[in-house]
Amino acid sequence: MLAPEDLTALVLTLKLATISTLVLLVLGTPVAWWLAMTRRRVRPVVDALVSLPLVLPPTVLGFYLLLFLGPDGPLGRLMIAAGGRPLAFTFTGLVIGSVIYSLPFVVQPIRDAFMATGHAPLEAAATLGASPRDRFFTVAVPLARRGFLTAATLGFAHTLGEFGVVLMIGGNIPGRTQVLSIAIYNHVEALDYGRAHLLSGGLLAFSFLLLLAVHFLNRRFPVVRV
Amino acid sequence: MSIKIKCRLDRGVGTNGDPGFRLDVDLDLPVAGITAVFGPSGCGKSTLLRCVAGLEKKARGMVKIGPRVWQDDHTFLPVHQRALGFVFQDGLLFPHLSVLENLEYGLKRSDADRQTIVMDEVVELLGLEKLLARGTTDLSGGERQRVALGRALLTSPDLLLLDEPLAALDRSSRRAIYPYLERLRTDFTLPVLYVTHALDEAARLADHMVLLEGGQAVNSGPLTEMLTSPAPGLAHGDEAGAVLPAWVAGFDREFHLARLGFEGGELLVADTGLVPDQEVRVRIHARDVSLTLEPAGGSSILNILPARVLALIPDSPARVLVRLAVGDSVILAAITHRSATALGLEVGRDVHAQIKSVALL
Repeated sequence: MLAPEDLTALVLTLKLATISTLVLLVLGTPVAWWLAMTRRRVRPVVDALVSLPLVLPPTVLGFYLLLFLGPDGPLGRLMIAAGGRPLAFTFTGLVIGSVIYSLPFVVQPIRDAFMATGHAPLEAAATLGASPRDRFFTVAVPLARRGFLTAATLGFAHTLGEFGVVLMIGGNIPGRTQVLSIAIYNHVEALDYGRAHLLSGGLLAFSFLLLLAVHFLNRRFPVVRV
Repeated sequence: MSIKIKCRLDRGVGTNGDPGFRLDVDLDLPVAGITAVFGPSGCGKSTLLRCVAGLEKKARGMVKIGPRVWQDDHTFLPVHQRALGFVFQDGLLFPHLSVLENLEYGLKRSDADRQTIVMDEVVELLGLEKLLARGTTDLSGGERQRVALGRALLTSPDLLLLDEPLAALDRSSRRAIYPYLERLRTDFTLPVLYVTHALDEAARLADHMVLLEGGQAVNSGPLTEMLTSPAPGLAHGDEAGAVLPAWVAGFDREFHLARLGFEGGELLVADTGLVPDQEVRVRIHARDVSLTLEPAGGSSILNILPARVLALIPDSPARVLVRLAVGDSVILAAITHRSATALGLEVGRDVHAQIKSVALL
């Protein structure tokens, strides 16, 4: 049913979304924790930085990333000096782009969940002998479970549909950087509406089902024990 | 051995005209029994407790429990390294854990070699058997606080801190939880700091009392003395009254009365199913005590005790509190200045105290 190139693009997209989501959860959780708990004055600055991708055109983000990752950019030069190649137009470059692009979608739900929990349960855990690390993993994280589920879903779904950043820093290399959204663009450009429909409709249905599944998961496994 | 608490904390002046707050307390407390930290809202009771626990990182001073230093000029043990149990006003049970898992949370994190309090004992003491498998969200207020108390006890703490544990409960749940808290006093030798703004809770549970006002400890001492002390604080207004430790000395079966012995005499009270030798506490409100110079005959009042005037404490323009020695005990009587003048009351005068009602706590 799917043409081999489309299948490759699909697999690549799922791989990108999965890896990006995992990286986002690992990087985003400490950022969210810091934003939720700190009383420092720089907090709004960091908050605004993290939220930037929500309002910036993806092409702006992609443009600067391209400069940063490319052979003449700081990271590109560093990679070359270390005996590697620049990250622009590679899968790793795509992961970096996706992580930055989807950061607010992951950080914000987790941050809000931590804030909703507040300090009190953590203080209770401390009086029961739990170290800061211990109470983070046994109290803060379990109580923020819904936030994590929402964050993972939004991060994944948002990466699936990303276009502008990918086009700017990844280009359109089949099998390496050509993801679904770009394959769809190519089909439309070539007036191959049938294949564009297949991919677009598939993505639409999948995203919808994903969000629906999260809703039911949340209902099925509430945060609290009853 | 004693508990030393020296604590200073400044909460700077707030932005919206908040005058700021300073806690400055220096206390030496006995190691056994329940110490009530009593005072009006906003006097710094809860803050004091948080300082002792290490939850206020900016607090300066010293916290020493017997030989163990939790805090001094060079040390600040973080909360989780202090062997304490803390019961918060709203319990703060973990909603993602069952009752049993909540109880185990502190138990698992306390050193095995200093565990003196075991699960079965706590479950039995607090009547938690039927709750163990349940979640915490549909527990009643009283059940939550019992679980929170059990969870704190299971860390085998050197000091138990209770922050208004009954304040969120209605009257009947409060009454239902008293016996559990009393067993805390009788079954464990653990020192307890009990923050409350309700005098009846303190009167019922505490052995010792600290009176806090505006961030300062204005008075402290044994409960019975504090309640009748002429020093400023508790002995005024409608709440004024004495608490006496007593025991059941015998019964008047014909009239369903019990005879209670106390240091200085005997009191007759309605028998509510007391058992011989049972230890009880009675509270005698100052407003329920009147004075006569001669023992009045033909009175319906059961308890008339010989007493000697120790002090006259002006309470309001119309009213005076009379501090009375009854044997070795002290009670208060609230009478008008006019009556005091009419009776010619003065220190050292022998009188008869007519006690209209005695409350069994």
